[in-house]
Order: sequence, then C-alpha cells, then structure tokens
Amino acid sequence: MSEQEEKPKKKTRREFLQQLGIVGIGSVLGSSAILAGINYDKKKTEGQRIRILTAENELLEIEKSDATPVVKTKYENLTYLQKQGRDGIEGKRFVMVIDLSKCQNARKCMSACQNAHHLRPEQHHINVLKMEETENTPPFYMPKPCQHCDNPPCVSVCPVDATFKRQDGIVLIDNERCIGCRFCIAACPYSARVFNWAEPLHAQEDADKTYDVELNVPQKKGTISKCLFSADQVRLGKLPYCVSACPNGVYYFGDENEDAVTNGTTKETVRFRKLLADNGGYTLMPELGTKPRVYYLPPKGKEVPFQEKDRDEAAEHLSHS
Amino acid sequence: MLEQSKIDKITSDLLGSIRLNKSFMIWMGFLGVSLFVCLGAYVKQLTDGLVVTGLGDYVSWGMYLSNFVFFVATSLIGMLISAILGLSGAKWAAPLARIAEIIALAFAAVAGLVIVSDMGRPDRLLNVFIHGRVQSPIVWDITVVTGYVLISALFLYIPLIPDLKICSEKLDKIPPFQRKIYKILSLNWNGTLEQEKLLKQSTRMLAILIIPVAMAIHTVTSWLFASTPRAGWDSTIMGPYFVTGAFVSGSAAVIIAMYFYRKNYKLQDYITDFHFDKMGKLLVLVSLIYLYFNLNEYMVPGYKMKKFDAIHLNNLFIGGHAVMFWMVQIFGLIIPIILLLFKKMRKPLPMLLIGIAVLIGAWFKRYIIVIPTMEHPFLPIQNVPLHFKVYTPTGIEILVSIAPLILVLIIITLLSKVIPIIPIHETIEQLEEKH
Repeated sequence: MSEQEEKPKKKTRREFLQQLGIVGIGSVLGSSAILAGINYDKKKTEGQRIRILTAENELLEIEKSDATPVVKTKYENLTYLQKQGRDGIEGKRFVMVIDLSKCQNARKCMSACQNAHHLRPEQHHINVLKMEETENTPPFYMPKPCQHCDNPPCVSVCPVDATFKRQDGIVLIDNERCIGCRFCIAACPYSARVFNWAEPLHAQEDADKTYDVELNVPQKKGTISKCLFSADQVRLGKLPYCVSACPNGVYYFGDENEDAVTNGTTKETVRFRKLLADNGGYTLMPELGTKPRVYYLPPKGKEVPFQEKDRDEAAEHLSHS
Repeated sequence: MLEQSKIDKITSDLLGSIRLNKSFMIWMGFLGVSLFVCLGAYVKQLTDGLVVTGLGDYVSWGMYLSNFVFFVATSLIGMLISAILGLSGAKWAAPLARIAEIIALAFAAVAGLVIVSDMGRPDRLLNVFIHGRVQSPIVWDITVVTGYVLISALFLYIPLIPDLKICSEKLDKIPPFQRKIYKILSLNWNGTLEQEKLLKQSTRMLAILIIPVAMAIHTVTSWLFASTPRAGWDSTIMGPYFVTGAFVSGSAAVIIAMYFYRKNYKLQDYITDFHFDKMGKLLVLVSLIYLYFNLNEYMVPGYKMKKFDAIHLNNLFIGGHAVMFWMVQIFGLIIPIILLLFKKMRKPLPMLLIGIAVLIGAWFKRYIIVIPTMEHPFLPIQNVPLHFKVYTPTGIEILVSIAPLILVLIIITLLSKVIPIIPIHETIEQLEEKH
C-alpha cells in the first residue's frame, strides 16, 4: 500500500526538479546572452587593447572592454593569499647579511617591524641584543631576526603544518591554522618566535582585513607570530621593513641564486659570497645543523663604541655560567 | 572445591563498596564544587587568552605541560602492575590489578584534557586530524595516548566481565536499569570452559599489547622535549628516564589509592599488610632505577659543564631552582628509598605518607624538567618585561592545573562505586587453585 502511495509522490518530485532544471538553465543562458550583448556593445564603442598578467604569470592582450575588475569575496581573497603565501616566489633563495660592525643599536629596524606587523612593544620579530660572549671579548649589538633555517626545527615539530618552509627559503606561519601549542617556540634555538598571549594590539581595527600570511596581519590571539623576511615586500621587489629602516647600513638583503645582496641604507648591491668571504661571514650556532639563511659579519673595528649603560645587560647572560 | 559459604562471603565483601552512602555524596559534592571553580578559571582563560597565565615568549611551556607529563607518567602504572607483573606470574599483584587499571585509565584519559588546556586555540583541535603531519611528535603523542586510553579501557573491561555478571545477580538494592546495564555488559557470561579460555586469552593478549603502547606514550612524551636542541632537554636518555620515573609516581598513586580503598571499603582481608609490603618493595626497586637515571642525566653533563649545560645545571644545583631541585631529589626519592628498606615502614600508614611524599615529589620533578630549561635559551632574553624572564604560575593557572586532578578523583571514586575494585572472579579462582 505504502509503495503505491509513494510512487506518484516521487513522480511529482522528479517532474518538479526537471522543471526547475529547465528554468535554471534557461535563466543562465538568457542572462549570459544579455551579458554577451552588452559586452558586444562595449567592444564596438571602445576597441582598446590592454595587457594583463594572469595568476599563472602569463602575459595576455585583450580588449579593455572585456576586462572586468574581479571583486573577490573575503573568503576568495584569503584562499588566494594563502596559496600565494605557501607557494613562495619561484627561482629565488632569499638571504640576509647583518654587518655587526655597523650596528649602533638605533633600533629603527625593531620599530619599523613592529609597525608593519602590528606587534606589541614586547613582541619582537627582530630583536637587537646586547651580546658579550666571553669575559675578555668586547661586547657588541646583534640584531636577531628569524634565521629562516634551511633545516628549521620549528617546521619539523609543528603538528599541523601551520609553520612551513617555502621554495624561496622563507619560513612563514599561517595563523589561520596554528593551534597555539607553542612546540615551535620550544624547538627554536634562536628564540625567534613570539606568541599572541592576549588580544593583539590592533585587533579591532584589523578585524575586517583579509588575513595575509605574508604579512601575518591581522595578528590573532592564541597563535604564533614570527619574522617573515617581509615576504609581502619581497613579493613587490622591495627590501624588508627592517632592512630599509636601518640608518646605519647594517643590513644587506638579496637572492642567493643571483649572488647579489643590496644594502638597505646605501642601496648598494654587492656580491653575496664575496661579501661573506671578504669579511669573515658566519651563521649563528652552525653546530646545531639548522643551516640559517641569515649571515653575520663580525663586529670588527666598530666606529661607535658599545654603550657603557648596556654593558651590565650584555654580561647578564654570561654571568649565569 | 571451595565451600559455597566462603564464596558468598568474598562476593558480599567485595560487592560491599557498591552502594551510595552519605560520605560518598559529601565527597562527590566537594569534588563537584571544586571542579566548578576550576572550570570558571578555565573559562576566564578562554575569553582572555593565555595572558592570564604566567607564561611568556621564553617560558612558553609551564605548569600545564609539566602537569601533562605527570598525568601521562602516572598512568603508566597500569601497564607495570597488570601487564608486566601479571605476565611474569607475580600472583600477589592480582588483587591490585584493577586499582592500577582504574588509575591508568583515569590519568591517561584526563592527560588528553590537560594538553588541551595548554593550547592557545583549543577551538582548532580538529586541525590536528585534518592537517596532522607525521613528523611532529605531538601527532605521535596524540595517537599513542588515544591508543593507550582505548587499550586500558579494554584491559579494565575484559577481566571485569565475570564480575559484571556477579554484580547483576548478587547486588540487591540497585535500580533495575543498573542491573540491566550490568547484564548487557556481562555479555552473557556463564563461566563455561570455553568462555574462561577466551577470557584468559584475550586478557593475555591485551597484557602483551599494552606494554609497547605504554612504553610509547611516555617515550613520545619525553621526545616533546628531547627533540629540541635546548640544554637540559637535549638528552638521549630522555625516553627511559621518563618511563622509569613514571613507574615511581604510578606506584605511589596506587599505594595511596590502596590505602583509601582499603580503609573506606573495609577491604582489610583483601588488601593486606602483605600487599603493602610488596608494593613498598616495588617502589624501592623502581625508585632505585629512577635514581640511577637521574645520576646519568645530571652527573654526566655536570662533569663536563659545557657552556649551556653549565648555565642550566648551576641554576638547578645552586641557583634559582636549587631548593625545589634538592627537595625533589631528597624527599621525593632518596629518603623514601632509605625508609622503605625497613620492614616497619612498609606498613599501610607509613606507606601512605611516603606515597604522598613521592607523588608530590614526582609532580615537582616534572616542573623541574620543563621550566628551568626554558628560562635559559641560547641567546639572551632582552627587551621584554621581567615576567617573561622568570616564570611564576598565576592563580588561574594553578586552578586550571588542579582541575584534572579533581577529575581523576571523580573518575576513580565513581568507578569504585559501580564495579568491585578487587576482582571477585579472580580472587575466588585463586583460592580454588590453592585448595
């Protein structure tokens, strides 16, 4: 009995769906025809040709009237930014060289970085440390960004692939995915990572912004933040925020593949390997096998002496041993 | 054959604890209210973020992590008593097997919650399953801890089947639904030879299976630390060091539980001085092994005093953490070992006190393993507020850390009110074998 009752019902449902499909297809066709008509009209009136670069890096020439600006939803933008952020820039291997003999503890790098990434005053993607390695060796200032290791311990331990190594050598953090376990902080020998313990500094202003993994803004409570080698700037062909902000010529930034690095203050471009070879370049704690992409030139022949008031702080770390 | 009257006495004695009385209600009420307060603290943490804790960018793992290690550690005792002692034919441990399993299950299950309380984004917990990466020790840890909880639950349940049958038949004054649950869970047990054989085989299989899994949970937990290059954690013996330490805290927990179960449920005839004596000897044994690992862990780097090891060890031996370090070693390990060598000290009351000292020592030992290392990274800590340099747990953090302990007590108490904590079936069986 029940089956017989079912049958006619099913039929009507199928019929309904068929009708709906016809109406749907019809309206899609109709509207596209109208759109095509409008476009045809536009083409006739304008007829200008422009060049556009596709997301796949293809240069195309089209009628200007054919081009419609893509207004993406916030979600679509996020997907795009996430993909671009994880892919990195093909063919590049970014490196930084920090000339310790030039650093005068001006800290312009620190403030530029904190402004760009909306960090709290105690959150440092880059931190200028006062160093004293042994009792009789002279103290010096040492800017310390993330070392963007080629064998990054932080990336190995991350349980969710929130922090990752890109083909261009940059190590990023995706705060849309980070679960806040802080294993990466524990694993990093350079203390390069910070955590958003509280609501981030510009949480309210940034609330509507689409998250850009290459800038790590907006920052999110309960997730990690770290130095990004200013991946957003680098994508535009610019130098990182800290590098351009330095008044003393401390930083060089460039591409290892091109063997060229540019000084952020003088804008002078020099050979990367020659710079290291001529000045005794080195990396921090190479014995850990992390293979940093940040190189240091020793604090030899400093023009400005180490400030007396900073001496105690520099010696503090030493006195523990 | 054993006389029926004797069997009846054993059954009624061991079923005696399964009833809800006034003291149980008061105790549960107390635990419930305390848990509520602690959950309030956690809600505060959820809304404000981990800023309510004493953690900072340098000491970013603190009390929650050491608490997690403690809970995983204590849960290992189930494997030692039920599996290792059971398989090696140590009959004396049989009456304690269920207590050990209850402790194992409670601590392991709650350990999972402890680690969630440490997460900055607990709402993204599922990411571990969606985006999990095989190379992260956290993923290994979640896998093996979940596995251990499941196997421990089975290991508690399967030997319980005959007792559940006894419960459904012999317990009077229980509501019909409870009797029905017992009946369903007892899976039509009627004690045929075939069923007995099946029970023996599956118990044995679980006992074998649980050993590597239990070893894995604490070894992997130790690798959360040993997989980093930090001084104090960068050690190759972390795995066995943690596993042996786990037996110390677990044995202490079982001793404490034995004391209170015996006293409150009037089980003096079943958990006797003999069992306390044996447990005392077991505690000496595991403590000596752990002491040996401590010697290796601290003396070997202490002899060389490499730059960063020296900073770490100076801090432990004579620096900021010296008082805690030496208290833990002396009162949590050395003095208990010496005391327990004397027969007089292996009586219930002294054992309870020693057990409590060892358990507290074991908790602080995990604190000593986790926090001091984080306070001394390779590069100096500068340009940050003072509370980033020295870690002090906050009130909220302490409350959130107490919550898991309360949960464990609730689980242990509740389980003891629905199942006999001394295996009835096995006790009768062992007596029959003797005859």
